[in-house]
Amino acid sequence: MESLWVAKTGLEAQQTRLSVISQNLANINTTGYKRGRAIFEDLLYQNVTQPGGLTSQQTNAPTGLNLGTGVRMVATDKQFSQGNLVETNNPLDMAIEGRGFFQILMPDGTQAYTRDGTFQINEQGQVVTSHGYQLQPSVTIPNSAQSVTVGVDGVVSAVLPGQSSPVQVGTVQLNDFVNPAGLQARGENLYLETVSSGPPQAGTPGLNGLGKVDQGSLETSNVNVVEELVSMIETQRAYEMNSRAIETSDQMLQHLTNSL
Amino acid sequence: MDRLLYVAMTGAKQLMQAQSLVAHNLANISTTGFRADLARFEAAPIEGPGYPSRINTVAAGVGFDHSQGPLVQTGSPLDVAVEGPGWLAVQAKDGTEAYTRSASLNVNALGLLQTDRGELVLGDNGPAAVPPNTSVSIAKDGTISIVPQGQGPETLAQVARIKLVNPDPSTLEKRPDGLVRSTTGKPVEADAKVQLASGAVENSNVSAAGMMTDMIEYARQFEIAVRMMHVADDNATRASSLASMS
Repeated sequence: MESLWVAKTGLEAQQTRLSVISQNLANINTTGYKRGRAIFEDLLYQNVTQPGGLTSQQTNAPTGLNLGTGVRMVATDKQFSQGNLVETNNPLDMAIEGRGFFQILMPDGTQAYTRDGTFQINEQGQVVTSHGYQLQPSVTIPNSAQSVTVGVDGVVSAVLPGQSSPVQVGTVQLNDFVNPAGLQARGENLYLETVSSGPPQAGTPGLNGLGKVDQGSLETSNVNVVEELVSMIETQRAYEMNSRAIETSDQMLQHLTNSL
Repeated sequence: MDRLLYVAMTGAKQLMQAQSLVAHNLANISTTGFRADLARFEAAPIEGPGYPSRINTVAAGVGFDHSQGPLVQTGSPLDVAVEGPGWLAVQAKDGTEAYTRSASLNVNALGLLQTDRGELVLGDNGPAAVPPNTSVSIAKDGTISIVPQGQGPETLAQVARIKLVNPDPSTLEKRPDGLVRSTTGKPVEADAKVQLASGAVENSNVSAAGMMTDMIEYARQFEIAVRMMHVADDNATRASSLASMS
């Protein structure tokens, strides 16, 4: 009985969609989190009757009988729309207004990218993420610095004791991708470069279409609670309808076995 | 054996097939741009010598539902849906031109516009390319314009136009990969009158209530067919008991 298996694919797809929604809702307070969206496609069709098959020498069937075999999830599409900026007044919190990612050096020597600008200083004065991974190109704040300023163009300057004018101690660069949706999310708010994202293009914030760096703010997640809740209702109802299809198929089979 | 049994069996078998079509439509109730598949039953009389008392039923496909599904605002500038009649042309994985109603697009690493299922979107001359940009927008007629990377909004440039078509619905068919193609096998001419909505996707046009009703109807008809098989069985039992010696 095919309808049982077809409806099962529907149940599975809705179940996965619900986990995508839960992931979005769970990360509603995650800095720099970008919401995911489940994308479905219909599964292969079986040709029971070939459309266009000859019904006589002169005529052919206008349509055939194609039975679909269900649905599957093809992608979880990350939506890179801008999240809200929240002021924290912490000098090392940076938000990106517009396109771009901070480049992060992973402990294994590979590069990762993030929009989470919650930076801190490690024991050597280097600017690191909350996991202790270094910002690239690396910026070291002298330990005697009185104050740190990050300009919109990424220039990091510090005022040292006994000096009236600030000195530049480093710059923050941003990296852009042709297809940000193609980046691979690896957790910890980090993304990895893939073939479909294209190579990173580093640049000065504010130039060449890159976003500006906003010191003292953080970018909140771009999850829209109302939208997620509506999707959740839709998912639940679709799940119910598919389970109803299984139930009905089951009843048909039951009737068949009981009455014959 | 009485032929009634076979007629009823055919009915039950075809109803099972129709039920799987209903399940497929319900499974795709949240698939973007999905068109509901339709089925109907045809009478297939069995001809031959003697009184033509047997009429079998055959489930036949009648294509898919062309009606508009609900548009859902997503706010993403690369989500597109056709408003009213018409289709968006994409290049299927086998290289042929196929049509879809709605898609979430993105730009791949080669700068080509593609759907989230991985098909390239066709422009007027082959796949539509979108150069690096700071912002991209898609107009109602399918024109894609961008602000090139590193330049201001005054440099807005038109880069491509999505091919939109509106062929006669009777010349379209759904192929095994789920995409709609022209029955002639040749690409259809672009139609300037087709309207595109951006920032929205078209949901599946499967009617949940309609499908649930169909499902109940098929299930009950199936029970009747099974009942007929039962009657055929009863008849045969009575007939054999008539002839028994005890």
